[in-house]
Amino acid sequence: MMINIRNKVRFGAWLLFLNLGGQLVAQELGDHQYTSAAIEAGSRVYSQQCALCHGPNGDTVDGINLRRGVFRNANSDEDLRRVISGGAAEGRMPAFGLSQTELDGVIAYIRAGFDPDGVAVRIGDPLRGQSLFRGAGNCADCHRVNGDGPRTAPDLSEIGAVRTPAALQRSLLDPENALLPINRAVRIVTRDEEVITGRRLNEDTYTVQVIDSQERLRSLIKADLVRYELSSTPTHRPTTFSSEEVADLVGYLLTLRGQ
Amino acid sequence: MTKNFIFTQVFSLGLSFLLLSSVAAVAQVPFERILNADSEPQNWMTYNGGYLSQRHSRLEQITRENVGDLELRWMLPNQVFGAWQSNPLVVDGIMYVTERPNSVMAVDAVTGRVFWKYRHTPAENARVCCGANNRGVAILDDRVYMGTLDARLVALDRINGQVLWNVEVGEVDLAYSVTMAPLAVKDKIMVGVGGGEFGIRGYVAAFDAVTGEQAWKTYTIPAPGEPGHDSWEGDDWQHGGAPVWITGSFDPELNLTYWGVGNPGPDWNAGQRPGDNLYSDSVIALNADTGELEWYFQFTPNDGYDYDSVQVPVLADIDWQGEARKVMMWANRNGYFYVLDRTDGEFLVGKPYVRVNWSSGLDENGRPIPTPQPEGMPTYPGNQGGTNWYPPSFSPRTGLFYFSAWEDYATIYRAEEAEYEPGRAFLGGGFSVLAPVQGAPTIGIGRTNPINNWTDEVGHASLKAMDPQTGEEVWEFEQFDVSDSGMLTTASDLLLTGGREGYFHILDARTGELLWYKNLGGQIVMAPVTYMVEGTQYVSIISGNTLATFALRQ
Repeated sequence: MMINIRNKVRFGAWLLFLNLGGQLVAQELGDHQYTSAAIEAGSRVYSQQCALCHGPNGDTVDGINLRRGVFRNANSDEDLRRVISGGAAEGRMPAFGLSQTELDGVIAYIRAGFDPDGVAVRIGDPLRGQSLFRGAGNCADCHRVNGDGPRTAPDLSEIGAVRTPAALQRSLLDPENALLPINRAVRIVTRDEEVITGRRLNEDTYTVQVIDSQERLRSLIKADLVRYELSSTPTHRPTTFSSEEVADLVGYLLTLRGQ
Repeated sequence: MTKNFIFTQVFSLGLSFLLLSSVAAVAQVPFERILNADSEPQNWMTYNGGYLSQRHSRLEQITRENVGDLELRWMLPNQVFGAWQSNPLVVDGIMYVTERPNSVMAVDAVTGRVFWKYRHTPAENARVCCGANNRGVAILDDRVYMGTLDARLVALDRINGQVLWNVEVGEVDLAYSVTMAPLAVKDKIMVGVGGGEFGIRGYVAAFDAVTGEQAWKTYTIPAPGEPGHDSWEGDDWQHGGAPVWITGSFDPELNLTYWGVGNPGPDWNAGQRPGDNLYSDSVIALNADTGELEWYFQFTPNDGYDYDSVQVPVLADIDWQGEARKVMMWANRNGYFYVLDRTDGEFLVGKPYVRVNWSSGLDENGRPIPTPQPEGMPTYPGNQGGTNWYPPSFSPRTGLFYFSAWEDYATIYRAEEAEYEPGRAFLGGGFSVLAPVQGAPTIGIGRTNPINNWTDEVGHASLKAMDPQTGEEVWEFEQFDVSDSGMLTTASDLLLTGGREGYFHILDARTGELLWYKNLGGQIVMAPVTYMVEGTQYVSIISGNTLATFALRQ
């Protein structure tokens, strides 16, 4: 019973590179993101103007965690601008007369998760993002949200709670370097010459579990397979959306926080 | 019918009492029995199955032909959650196994039913880096010995589990601990201390087996004036780590005990403690009677990667490249496989068994040539090492050394200045596991998720069969997840092991051919043991929270 457990083949382009610190990505992604100079400037504004109430970690006001992107009255960057410039909570959050550069900086600092070396992603209008998700983006063709849509691609109902804005944006712009290895697409040929395509759910030395293109849960014994191929490329290509549209889509995905 | 049955029971019970009272005068497990453990393969009397630590059993009832007839005989569930790293001992039909945090059970090895259970509750301020682990007991004469998380050594009556004595091994306030199974040699019980992540100064200590009085204590970091002290600067030696948390081996002819020594502290900031930092990441040979250091061999000088050398020293007398040699075989956490002469620590051969980039090779004395990676770049092998504490096996029949390696596994280290505070973590930075994409799940210290969402792209296991003659791999058996499982070989040339996926694998020790496997479900983080009672060979293996025992179908 000799089993060659490494008989699987990887198909598609196989790229494995490091994203260390995100700076490289930030430069490449251009106007999708705030600059590191803006984040740094924002950190100074924050400590002078905001930290008194919101605390060094942005979590001292009830129901708000700035660093983790939990707000009461805001989703998009535009919302944040409005709240900072106009005040909120019946005057308990005062209006701040910041310059445009200072305002951009504070938002960049918040979006970077208070990390001066972090990546601050532009976040747009969730409603526009939702239309793109269902329409031109074709996202809903494969992804399920709150019980609606196919199950072949990962369910996105909680994606806003489990992914950072930067990771969501990377999935759209550079999917190959955002796809989690477990989610790789598989193509399997059994001894009975059945061809199974789908997405990997789990794997061990002797078996692999997949959801196939008919949404059936299949558990296969590797020794019974003629071919077991894993794709290194995601099923969708990098988006051709404008930076504003990407910001809107990220804005929508961030609202998906489970039931 | 019923009456007769009861009568017979009562009658035979009376008879056995008579028999017992005549036997009890003779100690059950004198040193000589352990010394000759090879001649009674029905028992598993030390952590590693014998003083040479080969984990090779001379039992041969289970063979490659009948392995398909293995069936589950009994299971014993752990009452406490967490990695169950305990190695059971079996003597004359009774199994002694520990449970988290510090319990000992005496179990009928045939049925799995428990005779007695002893519970030690560690002091509340006990501190360990990596879980409330305990790896088992030692037995000598009529006593069972356990080290505890609050750095004590407890002697129990083998028959009723009552405490005979309970002595301090180390200061619990300074985060000393004992997680290893003690080693019983002659009239002494030896243990080392954990605490390498808390700035301890490590040592091995021996205690009188009868009274618990400390007989000797040898520090793993030399004090001022002692040889090797100049491998430290300033006061660094006082909290330089170098713990000993895995059971050592013993060569009765040389009268030497061998111990693997752990990482220097703080773990990840090597620049903060200039020098070789002896005897961290070394093997030390200590006189069994006096504890005196006879020789040492350092695998990783000035380690900044947490490459504890706490692997089991595996000893064998072999014909090595045409010459009779007393060798020690060692697959080190640093990614190199070594063969040393254990009479004096002479370096015989050393080669990388996984990808290694922290060093470009070993010089003629076995000292690594350092090639530290630029900041932010991955180091191979990663923080958990090419292998770790899980016990290997050597089969005198095949002449091969078997162990679990982690392949394609790397981490990115971050060094920080750390200030020593008594009893507090003393780490000097941190690390992250290299992942194929940013934010992807990575391998943790144990496995709690039934879904392997980190996948083999973050690392996977390779069971390697090494030839000590050449230091080269002869064959390997790969797993999809990594493995912290140790090895067992038998005289019927079987190799038994597990892995984090929960499979119990049995292979042909000669070729690596897979003969049998069974999904036991929970991570297997110790080696199987084998024993025989009334003509039946058993194999016990712990998977998750269950100790499962197999034998051939009757």
